[in-house]
Amino acid sequence: MWHAAGGGIDDFRAAITDPQAVAALKLTLVASAGVALINAVMGTIVAWILVRDRFPGQSVINALVDLPFALPTIVAGLTLLTLYGPTSRVGVNVAFSRWAVLVSLLFVTLPFVIRTVQPVLLELDREMEEAAASLGAGSFQIFRRIVFPNLLPAILSGVALAFARAIGEFGALVLITGNLPFRTEVASVYIFGRIESGDPRSAAAVSVVLLVITFLALFLIGALRRRVTRHDATA
Amino acid sequence: MTRLRRYLLRFVGLSYLGVLLVAPVALVFYRAFENGVGEAWDAVTTPTAKHALLVTIIIAAIAVPANTIFGIVCAIAIVRHRFPGKNLVNVIVDLPLALSPVIVGLAFLLLFGTGGWLDGLPFDVVFALPGMVLATIFVSLPFVVREVVPVLREIGTEQEQAAATLGAGGWQTFRRVTFPAIRWAVAYGVVLTTARALGEFGAVSVVSGRLIGKTESLTLHVEERYQSFDYVGAYAASVLLAMLAIATLVAMTVFRPKDEVR
Repeated sequence: MWHAAGGGIDDFRAAITDPQAVAALKLTLVASAGVALINAVMGTIVAWILVRDRFPGQSVINALVDLPFALPTIVAGLTLLTLYGPTSRVGVNVAFSRWAVLVSLLFVTLPFVIRTVQPVLLELDREMEEAAASLGAGSFQIFRRIVFPNLLPAILSGVALAFARAIGEFGALVLITGNLPFRTEVASVYIFGRIESGDPRSAAAVSVVLLVITFLALFLIGALRRRVTRHDATA
Repeated sequence: MTRLRRYLLRFVGLSYLGVLLVAPVALVFYRAFENGVGEAWDAVTTPTAKHALLVTIIIAAIAVPANTIFGIVCAIAIVRHRFPGKNLVNVIVDLPLALSPVIVGLAFLLLFGTGGWLDGLPFDVVFALPGMVLATIFVSLPFVVREVVPVLREIGTEQEQAAATLGAGGWQTFRRVTFPAIRWAVAYGVVLTTARALGEFGAVSVVSGRLIGKTESLTLHVEERYQSFDYVGAYAASVLLAMLAIATLVAMTVFRPKDEVR
């Protein structure tokens, strides 16, 4: 696909500096970063209640967490549009706004952090926490000093997966965001639009930029992960 | 105090799941059957809907076995053999997870479309079934490999070597020793592959040209119905896909690698 972008460096620059493309790329990047952060917090909380808490229906909830992996993305989009769209019965309408982008991305990336943190939390030796408690540490201190550093590499792995997924998501977004240029149009929808209007060259150019951003982000998160892991091993 | 915090966490976690996951999915089921099961049934048995289902099934029926065989061979190559470019293969296998499906579709379009490197094959690829199958194979490629690789690493080579010293050939060793050890991982990978193959939208949307009654898969059908304001049709087809997803979920729970289960 690289040869399509090779229509001269000027064509390439023109395609990626198109204001609509820039707006789409910016929205994608900001939304994906936001989604990654929210996932880091909420994913850890859900993993925690699934492992450390006991309540009725827990195993059903545990299985349900995988639903966004199993559900086709277009169905996910329709699903969210039904509850949080114009025909909403709970009075929440995020359709065709930037909130819609955020909500759909949160839905499709929901399992990643939970599923990377859960096994680590299961394996985590509780003796360390008990030792800390017996030495007088409060529960927040125990979490911050003992549990969190152990979970951090797993959280970062999950965040990386969620980010990569969010940045390229298409199916869940096409219905609910309305694809309004400069407002709710994300990069993959913009690329799709370029293809549809018979302009594969700028589609390819924007794809290249999107790929570079994805790999840079994955590389940075990977480097951060290696850093915290090594720190953990030597401490 | 500790108890209060525990309930608070439980409340926050469960509300998040409820608002984002459970409520929307439940509502789609309700919407599809709002006007009775009959209307929903009529909506999924129209000729275009039936054709879309058929297209989806054909795609999955080719993509899933292809990726299962490729996945097992590739995992064995990555874990058991040394060859030049092995790290590259390792990275490439994961590539579909980091690529936007739209970009995958675009790549196939440029490769097989008019003026592409592989333009001029004796049969149509782009805007036809072969292109949709190829795109689906591509996006669902990593799942079997990723599930089988860690298991192969963990079981080690001792049993395979023992089988070899006892005179078993390569195929026999695989069939009697290696495969039984990795079969649950294969099964889990197949479930994930199937889910992805049935639900693929972005890549298929680009390469298919979305010709109604010809290259329209079930996911494309949902969008097309919705855009034509036939909400019952869209919801009914969605529910069909959602039920497949729930079946997948049950299978995933059964096959999930045991160390991930609590």
